[in-house]
Amino acid sequence: MTGKTRDGKGGFGRVSRRNFVAGASALGVGVGLTPFLNRRAQASTEVKVLNWQGYGTDEKWALEAFKKATGLDVVHEYYNSESEMITKLQTNPGAYDVIVTNSAWNGRATEQGVIQPIDTAQVSNFADLNPSFRDSPLLNVDGKTYGVAWVWGITAVAYSTDVYKDVPTSIEALWDAKNAKRVSVRDDAIEAVSFAAIATGQDMNHPTDLAKVKEKLLALKPNLAMLWTSEDDWNKQFQAKAFDLSVYWSGSALRSKTNFKLPVGYVVPDEGAVGWFDGLAIGKDAPNAEGAHKFINYMIEPTYYVEWATKVGAPASANPKAMAALPDSDPSKAFYSDEAAIKRLQFMAPLSDQERQDFSDLWAEVKTEYAK
Amino acid sequence: MTPTTRTRWAILSLTGPAYLWLACTIFLPIAAMLALSFLDKSPLVPKPASFTLANYGAFFGKPFYWSLTRWSIELGFWVTLFSFLIGYPAAYALAKRVKGRWREAIFLLIVLPFWSNALVRIFSWTMVLRSNGIIDLGVQSIFPGAPTVDLLFTYPAVVIGLVHSYLPYMILTCYIALQAIDDSLIEAGRSLGASKLTTFRRVVLPLSLPGIISGSALIFVPVIGSFMEPRILGGTKGATLGMNIEEQFTVTANWPLGAALSFILLAIVLIIFGVLYPFLRKQGGAA
Repeated sequence: MTGKTRDGKGGFGRVSRRNFVAGASALGVGVGLTPFLNRRAQASTEVKVLNWQGYGTDEKWALEAFKKATGLDVVHEYYNSESEMITKLQTNPGAYDVIVTNSAWNGRATEQGVIQPIDTAQVSNFADLNPSFRDSPLLNVDGKTYGVAWVWGITAVAYSTDVYKDVPTSIEALWDAKNAKRVSVRDDAIEAVSFAAIATGQDMNHPTDLAKVKEKLLALKPNLAMLWTSEDDWNKQFQAKAFDLSVYWSGSALRSKTNFKLPVGYVVPDEGAVGWFDGLAIGKDAPNAEGAHKFINYMIEPTYYVEWATKVGAPASANPKAMAALPDSDPSKAFYSDEAAIKRLQFMAPLSDQERQDFSDLWAEVKTEYAK
Repeated sequence: MTPTTRTRWAILSLTGPAYLWLACTIFLPIAAMLALSFLDKSPLVPKPASFTLANYGAFFGKPFYWSLTRWSIELGFWVTLFSFLIGYPAAYALAKRVKGRWREAIFLLIVLPFWSNALVRIFSWTMVLRSNGIIDLGVQSIFPGAPTVDLLFTYPAVVIGLVHSYLPYMILTCYIALQAIDDSLIEAGRSLGASKLTTFRRVVLPLSLPGIISGSALIFVPVIGSFMEPRILGGTKGATLGMNIEEQFTVTANWPLGAALSFILLAIVLIIFGVLYPFLRKQGGAA
C-alpha cells in the first residue's frame, strides 16, 4: 500500500489474470526454464528495473538523462501488488537489477533472500538522506543496507473542495451519517485494517482488538459508494462524482490536483494517518549490480527529483536536499513539511504471514457484508 | 465389427496427439494445483512445505465463504436464465424463420462481441450504466426530471455485463440444436391437430434440449468463477467466490488457499451437474 500511479490503462482484471497465468505456468514447467530466458548478453549496457508503472523510474526524460550520463539503457518490468513483486523475484532469480520495495516489504524480500546488500560507498548521495528513513531498521538488517530510502508519503483523506467548504479534520468524517454513499476506500485489506485501527485508537500495524476493527469497518457500509482499485480508477470516479471523500495516497492526490485539475483537498486527520516510504533495492545476483548502484544514486539526486516533482508530481523525497531544491511555489514543499501532520503518522512495518492472512480474511468477510 | 490392428493404430495415431496435448496443458496444471491445495505454504517460498487440510478447513470454518459461494451460484443461475430467455428466441428465429444471406449477416452480429477484448467490453458498460451515462442521458432527454438511472455498482449491472459476454454461447448451441430438427416433424404435429404451442412444447423444445443444456453448461461454469465483471461493474455489490480466489493468488499470495477454493468450486459444479444430469437426460429421452 503505497502512493503509486498504477497502470493507467490496465485493468486489475486483465493484469491479475495475466499474473495468474504467468504464475501458474511458472509452477508447472517454467521454474526450470526461466533463468535461461534472461537476456544476460545485454546485461552490461542495461539496467533492469522492477517497479509500479508510471512511478518515477520510467519517466522518459529521466531515462534519457541517465543514458547520457552513464551510457546505460533502463528496461522496465512492472508489478501490480507487492506480493506480485516478491513472486516475480522468486520465479526469475537474477533477472532484475533495481527493485522498488516498500518499507513494509523490504524486510520480507531480505528474509526471502531475493535482494542483496547494497554497497553504499558506491552511492554518493546516500549520506544526504534523511537519517530517519536512511537508517530505518526496515531497510537495514544486521548492519547491512538492503534498501536505499527513496521517497515517502502519506495515506490519508482526500476530499472534494467543491463539496467541503470546511476541511474535514476528523477521521470520523468517513463514518459521518451525512456522507451516506459518498465515501470510498481502496479495496485493500491492509489499508482498510490500518485505517480502522487508527480510527479506533490502536497500533495500526499490530492492532490488538481485531473485533473492534471489524466492527468499525462494518459501520462504514452505509457511507461506501465504491471501493477504488487504482489511481486511474480513482480519478475517473472522482471526476464522475461517484464519491466526495476517500482514503487516498498523498502523491496521487497532488497529481489529481495539479495534472488533472480535479478539486481535491488533502488532510492528515487529527487521529492520524498511514505513513510509508519506499526503498530502492538490488536484486540477488543482479546481472548489472554496478549499473544498479548508479541508477539508485541518480534516483535520489536533487536534480532528478525536482524535475520529477515539478513536471509530474511525486511523493516527498527522502533526500532533504532534494526537498529544499523544490521551488517555493511547489505545493508539495509546504505540504510535506507540515511537521505537526508528520508527527501524527504511523509508519508501516512488516507484517507476519499470520497477520497478513488475518487482515485479508477480515477484509474478505467485511466485503461480504458490504455486498449484502 | 471389431476393429482390426490397423484401424486400432489409425485411431491411436489420430487421437494420440490430441490426448497428449490435453494431458500436458490441462491435466498437468490441474494436478499441480490439486497438489498445491494440500500444502501449507506456496512452493515459491524457499522453505519446506508440509501436507495440510487447513485450506479446505478454512472454507468450511468461515461462513463468509458460504455466502460468497451461494452468491456465485445465484449469479450463474441468473445469467444462464437471462441468456436462455434472450438467446433461445433469437436462435429459434435464426434457425426456423430467417433464411439465406440475412442469416449470415445476423450470425456475424452475434459473434461480433467475441472479437473485442473482454475488458474493453466491460469498461464500455461502465460508461453506459453510470449516472450521466448513456442510458441515463437517454432517459433524461425523453423524460426530463425523471429520477437518475444509475445502474453502475449494482447487482443488475453485473448480470447485464455477464449476459452480454456469454449470450453468444447460448444462441450458437441452441441454433445448432434447433436447426437439426426436421421441419416435417413440426408439420406432422400440426397436421395431427396440435396447436402451435403444443407442437413447440412437445416437439421443438424437447428436441432442442441438448442445445439448451450445453449452452447452459458453457455459461454457468465460467460465470460462477467470474471475478472481473463483478469487480468492475458490481463495486461493493459484486462479491463472488471467484474474486476471493483471485485475491488469494494476487494479493495475499496464499496460492494453496486459492487452489483449495478453486477445487471446492469445481466440486460444486460437478455436484450440480451430477444431480441434474439424470433428470435432464430423462427429459431429453422422453421426447
